[in-house]
Amino acid sequence: MTTLLDVLSWVLLTLGGISVLIGGIGALRMPDLYTRMHAASVTDSMGAILVLGGIMLQAGWSLATIKLIAILLFLLLTSPTSSNALASAALLAGTRPIAERKQDREETP
Amino acid sequence: MIVMFGIFLLTLLVITAIAIVRTSNLFVGVMLMGIASLLIAANFFILDAADVALTEAAVGAGISTVLFLSALALTSAQERSKSSNRLLSFTVVAVAALVLIYATFDKPRFGDPLAPVQTHVAPWYLENTPTYIDIPNVVTAVLGSFRGYDTLGEVFVVFTAGIGVLFLLGSGTASSSLPRETNNEGLRHYLIPRVVGRFLIPFILLFGLYVQFHGEYGPGGGFQAGAIVTAAIILYALIEGERRALAALPQRWLLGLMAAGPLIYGAVGIAGIVMGGNFLDYSPLASDPVGGQHLGILLIEIGVGITVTGVLLSIFHAFAARGR
Amino acid sequence: MYYVVTLATLVTMGLALIRAVRGPSVYDRVLAMNMFGTKTVLLLSIIAFLYGRPDFLDLALAYALINFIGVLAVLEFFRVRSLRRFAEIGEEAKTE
Repeated sequence: MTTLLDVLSWVLLTLGGISVLIGGIGALRMPDLYTRMHAASVTDSMGAILVLGGIMLQAGWSLATIKLIAILLFLLLTSPTSSNALASAALLAGTRPIAERKQDREETP
Repeated sequence: MIVMFGIFLLTLLVITAIAIVRTSNLFVGVMLMGIASLLIAANFFILDAADVALTEAAVGAGISTVLFLSALALTSAQERSKSSNRLLSFTVVAVAALVLIYATFDKPRFGDPLAPVQTHVAPWYLENTPTYIDIPNVVTAVLGSFRGYDTLGEVFVVFTAGIGVLFLLGSGTASSSLPRETNNEGLRHYLIPRVVGRFLIPFILLFGLYVQFHGEYGPGGGFQAGAIVTAAIILYALIEGERRALAALPQRWLLGLMAAGPLIYGAVGIAGIVMGGNFLDYSPLASDPVGGQHLGILLIEIGVGITVTGVLLSIFHAFAARGR
Repeated sequence: MYYVVTLATLVTMGLALIRAVRGPSVYDRVLAMNMFGTKTVLLLSIIAFLYGRPDFLDLALAYALINFIGVLAVLEFFRVRSLRRFAEIGEEAKTE
């Protein structure tokens, strides 16, 4: 049983690490603000769920698990809000998405 | 392995510091300072200093960034070109840095178990805390009871900083008329942050109270709790607007909180004298000395918490009211 | 087991820092700061477990909170600045 829990948490942690890394590379290499935001949100949601889920399996039923659930809920509630607020602020300030810009200029990408 | 992580974080800190110095856009500097503060806090955490890490994150990455941005909103965003003598200042800084580096040659090596602090100071505190004070968090025991005088000084320093800022900027009651009142409503037009923020503020306040009273058993205490409660009320001010935040927690109350903190601290000290001990001696405050220590630490942490809350909120309102 | 995830999170923090330094517009930098904060939360949770001290999870919760409030403060800053700029443009248009 504990081996099963260990294997499961190892799988979750590794997948979480890979998601975080993919999101980070995406935030660096994507061409536009909005696409970068889209990549960074992968780390905040998928990465957080997998990593914290993996740690929760290791913790068992204890106070630490309740705190981890609180952290996870807080992250899931606030990081989409931050992304939304940031995107709407950027849109109101006039930053245009890259697809619209290319359409306006009618040049080959 | 943990040391490698610490070194990696410090390298990132050096890169951030170089980037802060080389940029001329002040807004970028403020953002990078927030990141540098988070890096230092993570480093403190890796070195197993949890209370310091919590305080650094709450005050440095959170409140300082907000205050810098409030100040930056009143001025321009580009740095002025330097007109002073750069060679002289470079020489002074280089000489000071070299002297400091030379002084570190005399220090014991990092983590040396034979260093004087590990053989004399730390074991004394670790052995005597269970007998005298009997709380699990030795940091709070040292801060609250063994070195309570220093913490009294810290509370007065925070109080002085608060009244200094209020002298310079005014007390934040927006006496000038608000020209565009409908637009000063904060982030009211952003519906999602408003809903989520209003949902979260009670939980953040509850978490602040938890950190305040849990400081004897885990990382926490008055300074951190004051910063977290301030963060909750700043969130309310950001979402609902400055006027409503001042209506919720008026300026008189903030001044009262600022003054009540050192008052409580000094009163606990004098109560020690009145009950028959020395100044800031908590043992005579209750029926047995250990219970007296618990009561004393509880009361002074409350004093510290409300001072920090009052000061940080007064400074925030002083900045925010000037821009209207 | 935890070392792999810690390494991945640290590398992502480095990448976020590069984005903060390089990003052409200010919103890229705000995005990098937000990402940095949430990665710090994950890093702290993992290292708290690595040290075997579940008490330190309070710090991760506090960091998540501070990060959220920092981003909203930045947005308020932008809103105030753009309001002022629009007001200046409006006054210039009136005086013309």
